Amino acid sequence: MVDRTEAIKPSDILVFSTLRNERIRLPFFLKYYRDKGVNHFLIVDNDSDDGSRQYLLDQPDVSLWTTEASYKRARFGVDWLNWLQRKYAHGHWCLVVDPDEFLVYPFCDTRPLRALTDWLDASSIKSFGAMLLDMYPKGPLDAQPYREGQDPFEIACWFDSGNYTIEKNRKFGNLWIQGGPRTRAFFHDNPGRAPALNKIPLVKWDRNYTFVSSTHMVLPRGLNLVYDEWGGEKASGCLLHAKFLDTFTAKATEELERKQHYAGSHEYRAYHQHLKDDPDLWCKWSEKYINWRQLEILGLMSKGNWA
Amino acid sequence: MTVGVIMLVHEAFDRAGQVARHWATNGCPVVIHVDKRVKRATYSRFMSDLSDLDNVKFCGRHRCEWGTWSLVAASQTASEVMLRSFDDVRHVFLASGSCLPLRPVEDLIDYLAERPMTNFIESVTTEDVPWTVGGLDAERFTLRFPFSWKRQRWLFDRYVSIQRRIRFKRKIPDGIVPHLGSQWWCLTRQTLSAILEDPERQTYDRYFKRVWIPDESYYQTLVRLYSTNIESRSLTLSKFDFQGKPHIFYDDHLQLLRRSDCFVARKIWPHANKLYDGFLSDAAKLMSGAEPNPGKIDRIFSKAVERRTKGRPGLLMQSRFPNEGWENGTTCAQYSVFEGFSELFEDFDLWLNRMVGARVHGHLFAPDQVQFASNQTVFSGALTDSAAVRDYNPRAFLTSLIWNTRGERQCFQFGPRDNQALNWFIAKDPNAQISVISGAWAVPLFNSNRNFSDIRREAARLQKIEAEHIDVLRSFYSKARVRIWTMADFVDNPMEPLQTIIDEIGVRSPHRLAEAPKMVNLEGFGQFLQNLKNQGMQPHLMGDFPAGADPVNNPRKARKPYLVK
Repeated sequence: MVDRTEAIKPSDILVFSTLRNERIRLPFFLKYYRDKGVNHFLIVDNDSDDGSRQYLLDQPDVSLWTTEASYKRARFGVDWLNWLQRKYAHGHWCLVVDPDEFLVYPFCDTRPLRALTDWLDASSIKSFGAMLLDMYPKGPLDAQPYREGQDPFEIACWFDSGNYTIEKNRKFGNLWIQGGPRTRAFFHDNPGRAPALNKIPLVKWDRNYTFVSSTHMVLPRGLNLVYDEWGGEKASGCLLHAKFLDTFTAKATEELERKQHYAGSHEYRAYHQHLKDDPDLWCKWSEKYINWRQLEILGLMSKGNWA
Repeated sequence: MTVGVIMLVHEAFDRAGQVARHWATNGCPVVIHVDKRVKRATYSRFMSDLSDLDNVKFCGRHRCEWGTWSLVAASQTASEVMLRSFDDVRHVFLASGSCLPLRPVEDLIDYLAERPMTNFIESVTTEDVPWTVGGLDAERFTLRFPFSWKRQRWLFDRYVSIQRRIRFKRKIPDGIVPHLGSQWWCLTRQTLSAILEDPERQTYDRYFKRVWIPDESYYQTLVRLYSTNIESRSLTLSKFDFQGKPHIFYDDHLQLLRRSDCFVARKIWPHANKLYDGFLSDAAKLMSGAEPNPGKIDRIFSKAVERRTKGRPGLLMQSRFPNEGWENGTTCAQYSVFEGFSELFEDFDLWLNRMVGARVHGHLFAPDQVQFASNQTVFSGALTDSAAVRDYNPRAFLTSLIWNTRGERQCFQFGPRDNQALNWFIAKDPNAQISVISGAWAVPLFNSNRNFSDIRREAARLQKIEAEHIDVLRSFYSKARVRIWTMADFVDNPMEPLQTIIDEIGVRSPHRLAEAPKMVNLEGFGQFLQNLKNQGMQPHLMGDFPAGADPVNNPRKARKPYLVK
């Protein structure tokens, strides 16, 4: 491990992430968030053997912890990150994302992340919602190989614009969102088992906060209220999800063997099954990604009262 | 003669210093008040950074808290220094550390020189202010506010409500009429000194010390005593959102601010480099002489507030999920539901599509599969035809469909064989146009090749479902535009109801319908119903079809559409 957390200044924006064998994604991931104004990355490496570790050790703004323990026993990484956040994130805006998740927020093409967090501070808002938007290429997943450092959305530039379902979770007060290409292609017989897409990745952290299940829900409950209940729209973003690249097939096979994922890895079983038969997620009604304004017009995210 | 600028500063000192230097080097004396809560080291660094300018002065410091008298005290102290130290100042301009001049300073000086006696201060009586947040307007002047709104909100609210209950009222000093307005003003030396040197000032100050947010009322009220030459508007462009906090300007507002022709804007994000570089550079010195015109900025910010408070009707998304009754429209556009039409007419969907040019689906809620128009397996927004996905959340399915196809009217068929989960939802939706030919579900049974006992059982089941559905449509809660005909009535005279429905959809051509849809062959239908009756079932939703007297307007071989002209 390497601990560079002493370099963290009180107003820094932090990224927390866990990963396993994501070497090829790391250069673009780090660049994307550095460009947005993230000051420090705190990463848990779960036993990578593809050089991820060495690469991260060389980055001046990364603190790295390595573990060989079970991802599943650590509640899919949440426990590791909760521990790190409790220790290092108190009082900071922190963004919890996987290496294949890229935050898009209102005005992200003209305003850095700090403009957003300053505005959230001024508005006394402590958490910011950004639903996961699954991106996919046109044609078979492995038709266009991903190159290191490349913007993954040059390949996976398509998404589903309007097939999402929302329910309220009374216990934690969060919304439960499902849908998108995964429901459409993998879970159309059993949509209830489709993965959750609601996420609250950006939180002004306090040591008394805790993520319950990935970044889908956070405690105390008030932080889950990233939506308006009286007809208005709160500001929100999207996490563009670059999961469906050529790297996915290998990953799905590996994860199936490791059995370290949620609910007996049923998700990966479903992917494996379907991608064998019909590896194309694209359809006639897929939408091609342009920018955040497009997502806002489509109603996937909102500027709220930020102007 | 020139303009003196008073700056109230508590953060972002680099930017405040940059702006102060800009004013000072362009001939405007500056007096700066720095919040006493700011650390001494920061303060002295700030002072020494500006020490090379002899027309920049610092005044005595007050500990400032939002909503309290301290902000007025700060501006009084600074004003006194300004009036005492700089004799050639005729107008005094109150600004904050996050204000940014948008036009050349000479432009402002000239503008004010042409209006030497005018005071620019927004000053409105309490009856006429629409903007106060939290409902405190007139009460600001009649209640007491010993608790901090920011730090002791619970006590603040409790104390207000107790005073309301016992009808406590402070006495307003004689001779003044409470006025409110933006705290950023520009007053003439004459008026400002009259306020500060008034023999009664102690009385007024004592009173305003206990008024809520006095920086929005002290000068705004007193200015009415000393001047009749008041332009009730602020020269500072400052917009507030629905929580009463100022909107912030960023680099991407550059063009908007340029075109506004306003003199000063607040508040500027301290890291908005392009704005500071752009407006404080010499290159920006394009004199326009125009009147300030913040209209476009006003619109952008009021739209933002509307989006935050009302949202986009018919949209359910991650940050808009209204409680029941707060949707402001459960769907986003009008749509039409047809019940019994595709049973009674052949290729009704094609005919309707020709007539109205809308998207005409089959039975969207059919039990086995979603029947999208043209048999598509995926539709707008990438909705799938999987019945399981639709039935998992039927409401999301319908609202998404209507949202995804904004700009194109959706029509779909419906009947008692379909999923009935949305009956109430659609009936309560004012965007729905529902046309029902009751009992037409019997036609497919009539034409089916099934055992009569099965047909009888199925007919009873469908009739029960449709009867319940019609009860919903006729209920007191129904807000949709509902039309229900019995099948017998409809068969008797189909053109008039069809015309009504299509007129309401708003057709391409305003002419009378030239072409009727082809009705299915109903010969023997009366006897079919009689057989059901003979088996002990009572088919009542179809209306009256006497056995043997089959509809005359549908002779057996007349498969030609008939014309009405």
